[in-house]
Amino acid sequence: MKAFLIAMVALVVITVGANQVLTLGNFSSEAVSASTGNVRIDD
Amino acid sequence: MLRLLAVFLLMFGLSVPALAQEATVDPRAETGGAQTLDDIMRRQSQQKVDDTFRRSETGDPEAAAPITAPLGTRGGQSDADLWRALRYDTADVTTQARGPAAKTLIQDGGMWWLKFREGPLLTYGAALLGGTLVLLALFYLIRGRIRIKGAKTGRTITRFSGVERFGHWLLAASFLILGVTGLISLFGRKVLIPAFGHEAFSTLAIGTKWVHNNVSWAFMVALVIIFVFWVIHNLPDRTDLHWLAKGGGIFGNSHPPAKKFNAGQKLIFWSVIVLGGSISVSGISLLFPFEFNMFGATFAKLNDWGVAGWVGSDPLPYPLSPQEEMQYAQLWHAIVSLVLTAIIFAHIYIGSIGMEGAFDAMGSGDVEEQWAREHHSLWVDEVQEAELRQGRKA
Repeated sequence: MKAFLIAMVALVVITVGANQVLTLGNFSSEAVSASTGNVRIDD
Repeated sequence: MLRLLAVFLLMFGLSVPALAQEATVDPRAETGGAQTLDDIMRRQSQQKVDDTFRRSETGDPEAAAPITAPLGTRGGQSDADLWRALRYDTADVTTQARGPAAKTLIQDGGMWWLKFREGPLLTYGAALLGGTLVLLALFYLIRGRIRIKGAKTGRTITRFSGVERFGHWLLAASFLILGVTGLISLFGRKVLIPAFGHEAFSTLAIGTKWVHNNVSWAFMVALVIIFVFWVIHNLPDRTDLHWLAKGGGIFGNSHPPAKKFNAGQKLIFWSVIVLGGSISVSGISLLFPFEFNMFGATFAKLNDWGVAGWVGSDPLPYPLSPQEEMQYAQLWHAIVSLVLTAIIFAHIYIGSIGMEGAFDAMGSGDVEEQWAREHHSLWVDEVQEAELRQGRKA
């Protein structure tokens, strides 16, 4: 039972941790494919 | 005589160009190079059409009049030529949007993928999972729960350590979460939207996508853990042949001898490693769109080996557009996941209600000695010998 509960905690930690790492590391689709620097929305 | 020979040579010489002209007659001369009625009929009846005449008709800037000359403003490429180049993805497209997919404006691999994804994939996927559950229910009704036959000893043997059970439960929980969220994504448009509406499904889809994408890392970590801990016990050996020959003793009263893992468990292990590994790789390809394109390279290699010819089919498509790479990755990810899910259904069944005493191995980690003797006799001998050796050393 202890191994199961620790596995559940690890699952949550890995899930949230992976999301944080990928978000902070600019791996989102928006960061990879959008090109805001070249778009002149105000003109 | 000489005159006759000269006449014959003249006749032959005149007939050669005519023969040559006949041999290279343009089948689309009547339509001025455009598609013919035959092409249209073939396409409508889903037959293969050689589209080289359109594919290659994308203008010729080299032979064009200067753009300052009358009728030379298009630089040798008419609007129709340009659209054909876009349609066959050979146009030289420049765009401000980054990413390889931004340059493919038209790709024709999308329709069959969408039809397959919304049709046969869902139908056969549901049939596979549903059919497996029905078969397991029938098996339970016919065979019943596999009981421990001998008298229980009250003694236990440690079957799995805490770390092994940790790895197993991390893999199991992440797989179940990925399975449920994956099925929600797969069946969302055709089943859940008609049932619950767009608004409700939108919230559900956003949530399940986040969970599916991020829980996948826990699955991959757990896959490595169980591989490291169990690969040594899952290498095939001679006892597996005997075990398989006796059908694992699933019917009747005999229990073929087995080590820590029997042949059935080894099949489950390698299914999880190979299929789970493949699901992980295709999943990473989907997580980082267009970054890891594997199918085009694989198809090219298979075509080099002539694999498609072995089964009498046409070569696999190559090259693939970036979107097609993602479409193949999605299909592969879904199909392999559905197959592994069906296998895991059987694993969950036999590890829970299907067999008395089996759950303890992953519950507490300690199993009844009699259960171990019946199902893993060689492993029990190994454990007890090791204990004896330890005792002698002490």
